Amino acid sequence: MSNQIDIKLTEVALRDGSHAVSHQFTVDQVTSVAKALNEAKVPYIEVTHGDGLGGSSLQYGLSGTDELKLIEAAVSVADFSKIAVLLLPGIGTIEDLKVAAGLGAKMARIATHVTEADVSKQHIETAKTLGLETVGFLMMSHMAPVEKLVEQAKLMESYGADTIYVVDSAGALLPHEVKDRIKALRQELTVNIGFHGHNNLSLAMANTLVAIEEGATRIDGSIRCLGAGAGNTQTEVLVAVLERMGIHTGVDLYKMMDIAEEIVAPILPKPQEINRDSLTLGYAGVYSSFLLHANRAAEKFSVDSRDILIELGKREIIGGQEDMIIDVAAELEKKKKQLQL
Amino acid sequence: MGKVKVGIIGSGNIGSDLMIKLANSDELELTAMMGIDLTSRGMKHAQYLGLQVFDNGVDGLLDHPDLVDIVFDATSAGAHVHNAEVAKKLGKQMLDLTPAAIGPFVAPTVNLGEHLEADNVNLITCGGQATIPIIHAINQVANVEYGEIVATISSKSAGPGTRANIDEFTETTAKAIEEVGGANKGKAIIILNPAEPPILMRDTVHAVVEEGTMDQAKITNSVLEMAKKVQSYVPGYNVRTEPIFDGNKVTVFLEIEGAGHYLPKYAGNLDIMTAAAVKVAEEFAKNRANLSANRA
Repeated sequence: MSNQIDIKLTEVALRDGSHAVSHQFTVDQVTSVAKALNEAKVPYIEVTHGDGLGGSSLQYGLSGTDELKLIEAAVSVADFSKIAVLLLPGIGTIEDLKVAAGLGAKMARIATHVTEADVSKQHIETAKTLGLETVGFLMMSHMAPVEKLVEQAKLMESYGADTIYVVDSAGALLPHEVKDRIKALRQELTVNIGFHGHNNLSLAMANTLVAIEEGATRIDGSIRCLGAGAGNTQTEVLVAVLERMGIHTGVDLYKMMDIAEEIVAPILPKPQEINRDSLTLGYAGVYSSFLLHANRAAEKFSVDSRDILIELGKREIIGGQEDMIIDVAAELEKKKKQLQL
Repeated sequence: MGKVKVGIIGSGNIGSDLMIKLANSDELELTAMMGIDLTSRGMKHAQYLGLQVFDNGVDGLLDHPDLVDIVFDATSAGAHVHNAEVAKKLGKQMLDLTPAAIGPFVAPTVNLGEHLEADNVNLITCGGQATIPIIHAINQVANVEYGEIVATISSKSAGPGTRANIDEFTETTAKAIEEVGGANKGKAIIILNPAEPPILMRDTVHAVVEEGTMDQAKITNSVLEMAKKVQSYVPGYNVRTEPIFDGNKVTVFLEIEGAGHYLPKYAGNLDIMTAAAVKVAEEFAKNRANLSANRA
């Protein structure tokens, strides 16, 4: 086996996993996870509120600890791994990005809904000016046809992004759909292609392998599936699978297994399983971070959380529209009461 | 007392919508359209209406200073700097619909009375016009420690200017939630939703009130009263459900259907800006009439 790295992994548990812990990560948790991931030679570790810089809000959930403190903590223990931050234009701002870069973040991942790439121009350009490796992150990629995805990816490439990700935020893409998307991007772009999956339909691993087969070289995973919904492609499992396939990631498998078991598992409020709600996310094509919000709304309004999620899918609600969960739940409650009369 | 004469700089979507709204005003008479391209759709319409048109923008006023008393700027933050200088030099009141915000922020139902004689006022943002009256209404009965708004607009109604400078929306709106709405701290989020057919503009207001000041009945009343006031100049402005309470937190859901003048009904975000601007200009005009009556 050569020492050349074939696939560069980004561990997203300290960002995507923020949703699963209702944005309550502590400095101690982030420090111990980041330190261990650094020792396991994970190339990139993403640390931010689940909705990116500036995501701490009543809409998405207030951070228990200021994300800047968490970023700072991760940077302080990572001499190998680079710390990445997520930013969604419309939520976070260029100012937030500058502050994160000042704290030592080395990668900026600028995320937009799959059809709205043009709002990322200033942010991608600024990230490049700040000397950050820059990723364009096209969320909810299942909601647009392949041609549209290519058009939007080209925009981000033209703004200077070093990598473009197909992001399956809802965990709704099927393997052949991932194949068509990555293949088209590989043909049309010159920059790196990445894939970010969610395991709501138990397809995260399969989709990731298809993406790699079609030329994706940047892959996201969450250790122990610590991500929104049913979590992402499970990083330690992916490392093992890729090793079996002879694909080199440079990440230490045994260490990853230990981190998953000894450090991350105790952080999880409950094991990351595919339950009826996370399954519904993938089935209905709904943003994975809606999971806990829909659970809470279902309880408050005494309705089935699956009905809320299915209705949100029908209305083509996109990432960031958490306010619609309450709105829909209140409407379903009203309807239910009318039927009972 | 005759109508007060007004002019518009910028013949794009906003300027064209203003043209239609001003035609229905009892206090204002639109006399001039200042653009850069006489062949554009907006400028052609202005000529059809018999307005004085200039293709050198605000500079056209230099030779015709008596043509207008109040100017609407529907261009861009960059262009506004020069437009504001010219208006000031000529002694014209300026209503700024760009994000430049040289003058104070105004929301007609909240603080217009304080700025009736200002030489330049800024209309904040669409999300600000929709939500700041609600923050203010809550703050009148319970001190708002934190006010957060989420504006969701259809992708089709977000023009290239908004898209290229999306931080201007979040930063300006957050600032105005504090300065005009009265919240101790403000935050704003904007989402562009591409669904077809386009969705109506929706805004959600979340507010945390000071411990011990929560009074659900009073807040509900104040919010619904305020909604009525906004409806007087934006008929499609609606509170979707009664406010939802959770401890010290109150959430209000709004939906804004545009009047469908120049812009389609889904573009409630653009409609609320132009409607607010016309309302401000009308109040300016009434104030001028009162002042001259008092002098007489």
